[in-house]
Amino acid sequence: MAVAENPDNAASAGIVSVPATDLPWWDISRIPAAYWVVGVILVILPAFSSNFVLFQIFGWSLILGMIALSLMFLAGYGGMVSLVQMTVAGVAAYMMAIFGTSAIDTISVGWSWWITIPIAIIIAMIFGTVSGALAVRTEGIYTIMITLAIAAAFFYFARQNYVLFNGFSGFNQVLPPHVFGVDWRAPVPFYYLTLFWAALAYLAVLYVSRSPFGLALQGIRDNPRRMAALGFNVTAHRVAAYTFASFIAAVGGILLVWLNGQISPGAVSVGPAIDILVIAVVGGIRHPVGPFIGAIIYVILRTFALDILVSLGLAGERFQLLIGIGFLAIVFWSSDGVLGLWERWRQRAGRRDPLTGEAAGSSGEGG
Amino acid sequence: MAVSVAQRLSATGTGNALELRGVSRLFGALAALTDITMTVRPGERRAVLGSNGAGKTTLFNCITGDFLPSSGTIRLFGEDVTHFPVHERIRRGLRRTYQISLLFGGLSVLDNIYLACRGVSRGRFSLIRPRRNDALMHSAENLMEAVHLTEARDTKVGELSYGQQRQLEIALALAGAPRFILFDEPAAGLSPTERRELIEILVNLPSHMGYIIIEHDMDVALRVAESVTMMHNGAIFKEGRPEEIEEDPEVQELYLGGGHG
Repeated sequence: MAVAENPDNAASAGIVSVPATDLPWWDISRIPAAYWVVGVILVILPAFSSNFVLFQIFGWSLILGMIALSLMFLAGYGGMVSLVQMTVAGVAAYMMAIFGTSAIDTISVGWSWWITIPIAIIIAMIFGTVSGALAVRTEGIYTIMITLAIAAAFFYFARQNYVLFNGFSGFNQVLPPHVFGVDWRAPVPFYYLTLFWAALAYLAVLYVSRSPFGLALQGIRDNPRRMAALGFNVTAHRVAAYTFASFIAAVGGILLVWLNGQISPGAVSVGPAIDILVIAVVGGIRHPVGPFIGAIIYVILRTFALDILVSLGLAGERFQLLIGIGFLAIVFWSSDGVLGLWERWRQRAGRRDPLTGEAAGSSGEGG
Repeated sequence: MAVSVAQRLSATGTGNALELRGVSRLFGALAALTDITMTVRPGERRAVLGSNGAGKTTLFNCITGDFLPSSGTIRLFGEDVTHFPVHERIRRGLRRTYQISLLFGGLSVLDNIYLACRGVSRGRFSLIRPRRNDALMHSAENLMEAVHLTEARDTKVGELSYGQQRQLEIALALAGAPRFILFDEPAAGLSPTERRELIEILVNLPSHMGYIIIEHDMDVALRVAESVTMMHNGAIFKEGRPEEIEEDPEVQELYLGGGHG
């Protein structure tokens, strides 16, 4: 460390305040205590929670969180709101069913998992990249419209095509393989499987955000015209961002088809596509942890809203109303989702921000 | 910033830095530029003067490729770049600053300059984070020092003062190994002290680095330029040495007359 050369640091004798960016990214001391707590709880969770909580609550949340994370990467860093991320996940899920095994053995090829998974991921990435290439020349509302149109087109195609996609009923019995003598569909192994990939995707997005590619993407978000005037090919960068996001969405899609054991057009219809947007926005798209927060709120509401409504004497099918009201409330109070609420609370509490390491009062000093 | 001998030779070698032939640009029926023909030698420093709406910024936008010209050709160091996209021209050594700062408000000062350095080198798509001894990070830090922004290293650009943002605007244009720079009113809105610093930076640029500067302040323009192009209504009105232009009766009537007296 060139501390001695830096007059600011040399002046503050004793406590050397090192900017967060000066420590290497792998330095463990950079990880805030809250992250340790959450990490440890997630790892030991199977010891004290039921299979239902592991599989249906956390498994599902982590998967939806990953798919929403791919949207957060595009929207938060790239400024591109894509509604096609659920469809990319759906393509990967369908490819697992078509090339792997399912109950529909007239269509399913029955290849082994180690060949099916790469094929599914690659096809989903190609699909996501082509969608991105169509969408990136537009901005704002038009990006949303084009990606929504692609999502809707894929939904109707999958529903009407019986040769490849088995139409309305889709595929069932699409299950994870038994590898290393473990049944990966059993709640505890499946939980660890999703936790592993979700954590990897989270760390990958966090890492890439500070890489030249990620920084350039944020530059494009802030000012595409200037990025071109610095020598960057803005269109190519945006398309590459879709490719990267598609990889995360594809992994999420494979886990999703294993969780449900089936894939049908309903999973890739416009509703779920918008749900992913809701999850990302409710959680917050400024930081990769946001989509996971949004996902767990969504899953808890989806799972328990029905019971709550019934216990209050209301019709159970109105659970969407609860989700809608929750969405409205969060967006109304904080345009940055739950993360934004949290950050404002931290600022009021006058502490350092755990995500950026900035002093909480910095915005006050600036203004 | 060290510039190798080879780079100097290639910059000052054959051909003109910039050559416009019959460049016109129409916006519908409005002719923003009409038949602009101008030649800038390598290392030449030229001021472009003219009232609002004279087409100065449109000229810059055509040279960088933000707009394609409706007709005419643009050559950069002898190469026809008329139909090149913006980033391809930048990679050939062209740079520009903007009248209204176009910066990356969500990123830190160092990240802004690092992006500028990365844009004209390889590895733009790299997923690997820069190490602490990364060569580009070093040149970014040197550049940050050259424009007196080291203290604001980790500050988000959106929180910088106006003067600092203008300094950063210039730093972004100096990244890499620029051969020719377009400055669009770099002194606009600066305090007298900041103006002096700006003039110092411009005058002290390596001699092979030519530029065109749009400047309303005649005192600044005449101090940093060795030739002047006057524009009026989208066309070139007069070209010459600063003294000639300043004393030209037509120019005085058109431009210096009211405001400068």
